[in-house]
Amino acid sequence: MSTGFHVVVCGSLVPDLLQTLEPVQGPAGPGLRNELMLPSVLDPWAAHALYEAGHLAATVPGTRVWLVSLGPKAKLQQLMMSIAQKVPFEFVAIDASASGFTDPVEVAAALADAIEMIPALDRSRLLLFGGCASASRDAGVTVQLVGERLGIADQFLAVDELTVSAQGTLTILERVEGGKYLVSEVAGPPCAIAWATGNRPEPPNNPQIGMLNMRTIMPALQKARLVQLSAPGTTFHGVELPKQERRTRIVKDVPIEEMAMEIANWIKE
Amino acid sequence: MRSTLDTDIVCVGFGPAVGGFLTTLSRAMVDADGNTLLESRVMPGLPLQVLCYERADDISFGVSGVVSKARSLRESFSAAQLSEIPMTTPVSQEQVLYLLDPFGASRRTSGVRAMDAVIDALKGALPWSDHAVQLPWTPPFLQKHGGMVFSIGQLNQWVGAQLMSSGLVQVWPGMPVNEPLFDGDKVIGVRLVDQGVDGSGTPGAAHMPGMDVHAALTVVGDGPVGPVGQKLNQRFGFPAGNHQREWAIGMKAVVELAPDAGLEAGAVLHTFGYPEPEIFGFLYVHPDRMASVGIFVPSWFDNPARTAYRYLQHWMTHPRVWKHLKGSTMRSWGAKTLQESGRRGESVLVGDGFARIGEGSGSTNVLTGSGVDEAWATGVQLAEAVIELAKAGKPFTKDNLDATYVARRRSSWVEREARIAEKARDGFSEGFLRGLIGIGITGMTRGFINVPGRARRPHERIPSIEQYFGDRIPADDIRKIRRQCRAAGTSLHDALMDRSGWPKIELDGSLLVSQQDALLMGGKVQAAGGFADHVTFVDTATCQGCAEQVCIDGCSGQAIMPGPDGVPRFDREKCIHCGVCLWNCSKPHVSDPERSNVEFSAGSGGLHSPIN
Repeated sequence: MSTGFHVVVCGSLVPDLLQTLEPVQGPAGPGLRNELMLPSVLDPWAAHALYEAGHLAATVPGTRVWLVSLGPKAKLQQLMMSIAQKVPFEFVAIDASASGFTDPVEVAAALADAIEMIPALDRSRLLLFGGCASASRDAGVTVQLVGERLGIADQFLAVDELTVSAQGTLTILERVEGGKYLVSEVAGPPCAIAWATGNRPEPPNNPQIGMLNMRTIMPALQKARLVQLSAPGTTFHGVELPKQERRTRIVKDVPIEEMAMEIANWIKE
Repeated sequence: MRSTLDTDIVCVGFGPAVGGFLTTLSRAMVDADGNTLLESRVMPGLPLQVLCYERADDISFGVSGVVSKARSLRESFSAAQLSEIPMTTPVSQEQVLYLLDPFGASRRTSGVRAMDAVIDALKGALPWSDHAVQLPWTPPFLQKHGGMVFSIGQLNQWVGAQLMSSGLVQVWPGMPVNEPLFDGDKVIGVRLVDQGVDGSGTPGAAHMPGMDVHAALTVVGDGPVGPVGQKLNQRFGFPAGNHQREWAIGMKAVVELAPDAGLEAGAVLHTFGYPEPEIFGFLYVHPDRMASVGIFVPSWFDNPARTAYRYLQHWMTHPRVWKHLKGSTMRSWGAKTLQESGRRGESVLVGDGFARIGEGSGSTNVLTGSGVDEAWATGVQLAEAVIELAKAGKPFTKDNLDATYVARRRSSWVEREARIAEKARDGFSEGFLRGLIGIGITGMTRGFINVPGRARRPHERIPSIEQYFGDRIPADDIRKIRRQCRAAGTSLHDALMDRSGWPKIELDGSLLVSQQDALLMGGKVQAAGGFADHVTFVDTATCQGCAEQVCIDGCSGQAIMPGPDGVPRFDREKCIHCGVCLWNCSKPHVSDPERSNVEFSAGSGGLHSPIN
């Protein structure tokens, strides 16, 4: 593969998973209490997609990576201060709510529009990456919808591994039912890949990568297109968290079997 | 291969001091049309290249609500701008409460007991309720009328957003700075921490040596326990007569009050007297029924099993405090070391190529209990100095920084008020009542009269467990408790406090939660892999012979626990980077009596929560 891929990663922020989230009904619809104050992280599934894209860029010469994020501009700016140090990418920002109380069809439309407007993007070399689920709204359909809007027929969901042959063909390991993998051979891009966990660890923070990325991040934030996600025809009648009970015990080096036994016993109680 | 980067100015740590520095500097770097006013030497034609590295994974890492006169912040921002910062509200009322001990468990001297007896006898005539008496007035030096209640986390986040959107400075969280770089006695930049190493610092397959960032000026604002500030202290020492021997741990929570809490936004409550006389408490009410609550446990509280977390819970459940906190929910939690030596803890402020600002430089006012306002002001003062020098084309030498930054600081209200406060807390070294009288006299006489006291190093103060608890627990029982706790791998404080009469804390799962739950509910403990342990024990044989192991009982996150070989075991994933272990050690460093046997170095992670 001499020219490399054009990898577009769709990924945005979610409230830090360790925060206590409290849905509230506001005048503009449902939201999270103190939403703008909650610490945010890159959606974990999208983060896996980004790390895989970074790995691809490092191993396949000529590959370029774009990160397309939809979220409140101020929060995206804050998020980028840490994400930008992980993987080299070019940034595209869409200024919109990322509360989770949005319609994935609208989100997908906004993402697809933004991707179509990337000037240097070669759609014939496009690998559309995203998470197979989201920590804020587990609909798990956004990548599919974006792919459809971009006319990408080859779609793979819950992917754990992507390998590229010397000829440029792709081998994709996709989770299917029963703990099994479906192995697919693809001639090449374009294709859409919604990542499960992948195999790449979180890269260390590299200050030089951060400075490199910052060249596109600030301009992208400044020209971020404002999108209203009004969800016409959608009514949220109510939101609530499942009742939860905390019984924390932090342990280390406990065998998995022992952990499983303890949880099973607790459920039996 | 270690990479290098050349820049004009590199800042270490992003807190109020560096926020003030970058805010002031960035406004002077270009004109309204974007033309360069302060030109870079490393990138000619462009504005100064300014980088800031922050250890925590986010810039909103602060761990405290704060009440402040906010004079320096008001000079930097308009009222309309400040009102944009979430959780900010004007001070509406102030109260100082003396808390009596409803359980008879705290350790009160005969003088304190006599005071309690007088209050009890006169309670019908005093503003007494729920085992507390309200002072008839707030001493002028404590008053914050006209000030603001706000959140340092939200302030940092808001300031950081303004700075980044200017495009003139870059602030990078998640990037600890390991040490200053020297050329002789000149600081020529900083070295970032190595990644891809194991706990002992041994490089692994993914080793990435920390980058060397060369800069004409290194701005050190990494707080009271920051590794760069510590290394500068070790290299240059302190100005004659100065030292950093007084510390405190501030352990705090942000809670959502119940609707019937009976406190309005902007209410400020300060307490003293309970759970131990030496422990001070606070409750600041933000908008929307959010409140910052917490205690300060000072280094002159001589309990060798001092646990801030258990004391925080006893403070919360004091009847006078509980009447406001009952039904509350913990939203965030954290702890932070405070450098309590104030002006006397001032470090060497400048040298060739470096300048120090904020708390680590000794800017906190120990009489008024104010630090954020002063820290921000020192950042502004340094920025004004840098602007002056850059415009004049002068280098950042010690002499030039002395003539500009230090001169500004010396002629400012920060210095004037710090001088008044300098000896305010000396009396506490000799006892609670003496300290209380001393701080009152210093405040009332504006520093003309002070109650003296001899500042001792923390390790010189800490008694043995047998000495401290001997009057309440027989020696045989202490030995038994110690043996049981060692065997169970737990700290001593709970067993000792239970045995000495402290009531059990009944957990409610909402506000009163286990320490590990607070760790998880309170924010976010982050410890990305690939970093070395940042807490180490200098001489492990000393640890093995240490009967107190205060580091274990004092650890805010229960990250230091008994080790199988007698050496405390450090768990980086639980560390909230409060730095309390640095001064909660009863043994001196092998070569420097001003330090302890615990090293606190650069490390990644730590608790942060923007609502703190």
